[in-house]
Amino acid sequence: MCLAIPGKVEEITTEDGLRVGRVNFGGVVKRVCLDYVPEVEVGDYTIVHVGFALSKIDEETAEKTLTDFRAMGVLDEELASEEEAFARAAAAPQSSCLDGSCSSK
Amino acid sequence: MKYLTEFRNGEIAQRMAREIASITTRPWKIMEVCGGQTHSIIKNGIDQMLPAEIEMIHGPGCPVCVTPLELIDKALAIAEQPGVIFCSFGDMLRVPGTDADLFQVKGTGGDVRVVYSPLDAVEWAVKNPDRQVVFFGVGFETTAPANAMSVHVAKRRGLKNFSLLVSHVLVPPAIEAIMDSPGNKVQGFLLAGHVCSVMGYWEYPPLAEKYRIPLVVTGFEPLDLLDGIRRAVKQLESGRHEVENAYERIVKFEGNQAAQKLLAEVFEVTDRAWRGIGVIPKSGWRLSAAYREFDAEERFHITGIHTEESPLCRAGDVLRGAIKPAECAAFGKECTPRHPLGATMVSSEGACAAYYNYGRFLSAESLASAGIGLTGVAHG
Repeated sequence: MCLAIPGKVEEITTEDGLRVGRVNFGGVVKRVCLDYVPEVEVGDYTIVHVGFALSKIDEETAEKTLTDFRAMGVLDEELASEEEAFARAAAAPQSSCLDGSCSSK
Repeated sequence: MKYLTEFRNGEIAQRMAREIASITTRPWKIMEVCGGQTHSIIKNGIDQMLPAEIEMIHGPGCPVCVTPLELIDKALAIAEQPGVIFCSFGDMLRVPGTDADLFQVKGTGGDVRVVYSPLDAVEWAVKNPDRQVVFFGVGFETTAPANAMSVHVAKRRGLKNFSLLVSHVLVPPAIEAIMDSPGNKVQGFLLAGHVCSVMGYWEYPPLAEKYRIPLVVTGFEPLDLLDGIRRAVKQLESGRHEVENAYERIVKFEGNQAAQKLLAEVFEVTDRAWRGIGVIPKSGWRLSAAYREFDAEERFHITGIHTEESPLCRAGDVLRGAIKPAECAAFGKECTPRHPLGATMVSSEGACAAYYNYGRFLSAESLASAGIGLTGVAHG
């Protein structure tokens, strides 16, 4: 939940007073708010959490971290589309009761 | 341990583990605060590479886990209302409330949507002026700048149909609560790298001083974690208690000041209940007076919620490091990821779920009696 994923800024525009970038995360492109990283320009790498860039980083760090996060299986979850998120949730039912009696093992 | 078998990193990791073993002369208990780090440690078997004297205790840093059941029930009650579009990150969909979860609410006609960014929820509000759009804003300091900006933008655009169901929690007060708890065993902390990318680490030197504990800003990748542990052990062995940054390529002392500025405007410090722990004073953020009109709890006035936690669950003992997940009698029996009885089993970043998902079913005691613990392969 608290992971920030590195990506490359490919384009910067202004939308409704916000600085918005197209950021490429190893092939997956998302719209990202760049208001917290005024120093970031097109071609730079930044770490992004829930659509917000938090810190500029160098290319080597970004690529290495992307490789590591992909190997750890966290990229899919952090960058999932709405359909993917619901599909994931459908496959992972949880149920609640105080004593485990409703458990479906 | 798939990742660590990769040749280059595997070799460096083994070398770092050997260095940790060579400098360790006594038992030390170190807590990683962040749930992402817990997941990485268990998945990659980092704890099993360490000498038997080093015990990793898994902290309360999974926001999904520590969100109180009462707030989940409030979210469900709001999401069920006609005319509401309820937006959330995907990882809250299956967290069970008392009677249902958000996924089931969607199945019975509730308009529940998953968004990538809180700004997407603001867009839904713009496009649906006749509907109330609510965003479920849970998270630590890492997620707070995104949620703060969503409310800031909603205010600037004069939106009357957007609100935030907010339960932000903060790392420094949690560290204080753990250190102040009776019978605490934790002697040092790995600080959450991405929390510090926002907040920096200027808040932590007074804590290192007050409790005389090493605090090491640490990343999430296996080598980052081993480096953080190595630095913490080095400090402990030499009697130092400093704040150290083992994640310099991401984290600066001052953090992200633009984000901190907006956080100070949009949020104010408040007491928060942490599932599995209880109320920790001044341990969270709520919307400040200037933004209170965007508080979903004020807008919807949900009352009459009664929740009860399972008497079998020992999440509090796990979070304090008093027991390992497998030492709880309900672990893997009444309590599983499909049927979580409490905080630490609710999300894959919780300690109990990580242990369950990666097959850590034996307690330290049973491993030792089987002769496995002696090799340092699986002491925990």
